[in-house]
Amino acid sequence: MTMLPYSELVMEHFRHPRNVGRIEDADAKSVEGSPACGDMVAVYLKVDPEELRITDIKFESYGCASNIATGSIITELAKGKTLEEARQITWKQASEALGGLPPIKTHCSVLAVDGLRAAIQNYEERHGLVKERVPTTVEEVRRRLKHVMNPVVGLDLVRTKLVKDIEVAEGTVRVVLDLPADHQFANAIREDIREKIEPLWDVNELIVEFTE
Amino acid sequence: MLGKLVYLDNAATTRLDERVLEAMTPYFLETYAVATSEFGYSAGIEAREALQEARSTIAGVLGASPEELIFTSGSTESSNMALKGVAMALGEKKGRHIITSRIEDFPVLNSARALEKQGFRVTTLDVDAEGLVDLNQLKDAITGETILVSIQHANQEIGTVQDIAAIGQICREKGVLLHSDATHTFTRVPLDVREVGVDLLTIAAHTIHGPRGIGGLYVRKGTPIAKWMDGGFQEFNLRAGLENIPGAVGFARAVQLVTPEETTRLQALRDRLIDRVLSEIPHTTLNGHRWQRLPQNANVTFHFVEGESITLHLDMRGFAVSTGSACFSRSLEASHVILAIGGDHERAHGSVRFTFGRFNTMEDVDSVVDAVAEIVTLLRQISPLGKE
Repeated sequence: MTMLPYSELVMEHFRHPRNVGRIEDADAKSVEGSPACGDMVAVYLKVDPEELRITDIKFESYGCASNIATGSIITELAKGKTLEEARQITWKQASEALGGLPPIKTHCSVLAVDGLRAAIQNYEERHGLVKERVPTTVEEVRRRLKHVMNPVVGLDLVRTKLVKDIEVAEGTVRVVLDLPADHQFANAIREDIREKIEPLWDVNELIVEFTE
Repeated sequence: MLGKLVYLDNAATTRLDERVLEAMTPYFLETYAVATSEFGYSAGIEAREALQEARSTIAGVLGASPEELIFTSGSTESSNMALKGVAMALGEKKGRHIITSRIEDFPVLNSARALEKQGFRVTTLDVDAEGLVDLNQLKDAITGETILVSIQHANQEIGTVQDIAAIGQICREKGVLLHSDATHTFTRVPLDVREVGVDLLTIAAHTIHGPRGIGGLYVRKGTPIAKWMDGGFQEFNLRAGLENIPGAVGFARAVQLVTPEETTRLQALRDRLIDRVLSEIPHTTLNGHRWQRLPQNANVTFHFVEGESITLHLDMRGFAVSTGSACFSRSLEASHVILAIGGDHERAHGSVRFTFGRFNTMEDVDSVVDAVAEIVTLLRQISPLGKE
């Protein structure tokens, strides 16, 4: 057998991913990533409302082997855990449980971990469990923009230095991108930013500006 | 691995033909002397004659004379030599403007970028949805400063073949040199330099079952080009270095072994794959021109799934193919070609390239289509996309 960049465990999860599919009556769900920009993961949860414990979890993946394998392992790690415990699962733990992932594939695999956390947050928002509402900051906007891909290269906006400026003031978030407005991906990127920023509780308006 | 490898990545490189190896062997073991002048010793004269014969054979296929063919280490070097050699020769005298296209392979793209850093201006032409260069845009882009147009004969990924005769005519009328990267068309899509106004042409041996490490650059007589490699007087004093005689002999043998019948057979494999995939697997898009394309290339996007996942599954079943997905590439960048034809990341993400060669059969095509159909169904079951 030739040397593949993936461990035996990654290949096993890639070939036979666990907990694949949808939960039609899910208590919470999340979608991270987007088709225009690359990898995408959807996570569905069933939660026991008494114990706040994950009783069932399923995922779907539009991505490469490390994306699929991480989605698979993350559902195995999270199943049966409380929301609080599941939230603590890190990319590193997922990677270790898979016998290691190639560093260059971090982006594709971290998406599954983000998906799990987003699904937990979705549950808490839906069930009024968000304790304190933290005001949105420039840092929070930047953190979220790290999950929006630059489709030209398939890496995120922040890493590819497309984000020129971020302003947050009185419910208005202004994002300036170093990209011409008539760029072929301008609209796709704007929509992805909207998806990430508008759900923030204190954001009333989002302005995405392009440079000439 | 299960059974034998079905190799469908012949655009990347091909398996050497045994007959090529057989032709080369004596030049490693017996006639290994350096090519000498006609006043040298007999082994050297024999080596020199072998080199001349190889040069004549290869040049002949292009309708060129032997002195117009420079041997290089491969197509990467040939394209570097064409762009940088002309830039060096004409940059001071005529101008510093070069025109190329968005879908060129990396040797041309990155040579142009390197020249840009040295102060040359580069215009990069767009292509249409099928990968064809807009001839009017080309006409408009040529100025008095333009020294070279470099547009490929056919695309390495999507297989679209440019109307190089029309491009040559435009360049002729405007008095501008034309270079074309013919790595993927050489011997497969005939091109005669007596009929087509191309001044420099990149060719390689390893894409036609010849050895790697040898390629060629056709340089039309009288074309201004600077000496590319300093050293001795080899290759008409344009490219110094010990001649790769076994390579040249192998290259010539590989050229002789390509027949029109074979090319027709490869085209039948291509058409079978395209027809079956498009009719049997839903949500598929052919990338590149349906007819104006390389006889040995098929490139299809399987929507809602990712290319590296497809290639890994295919690898487990013994098939070698490549994809334009960012996840597959060393740079993690999606195919610049698919993006240039107006595709988005998703289109590049799910694109798979199948390229055929001498050792492929119709059974290979049928078995890879069957395998791909199963794999794509499997991956779509786990994909969040494409479900209503």
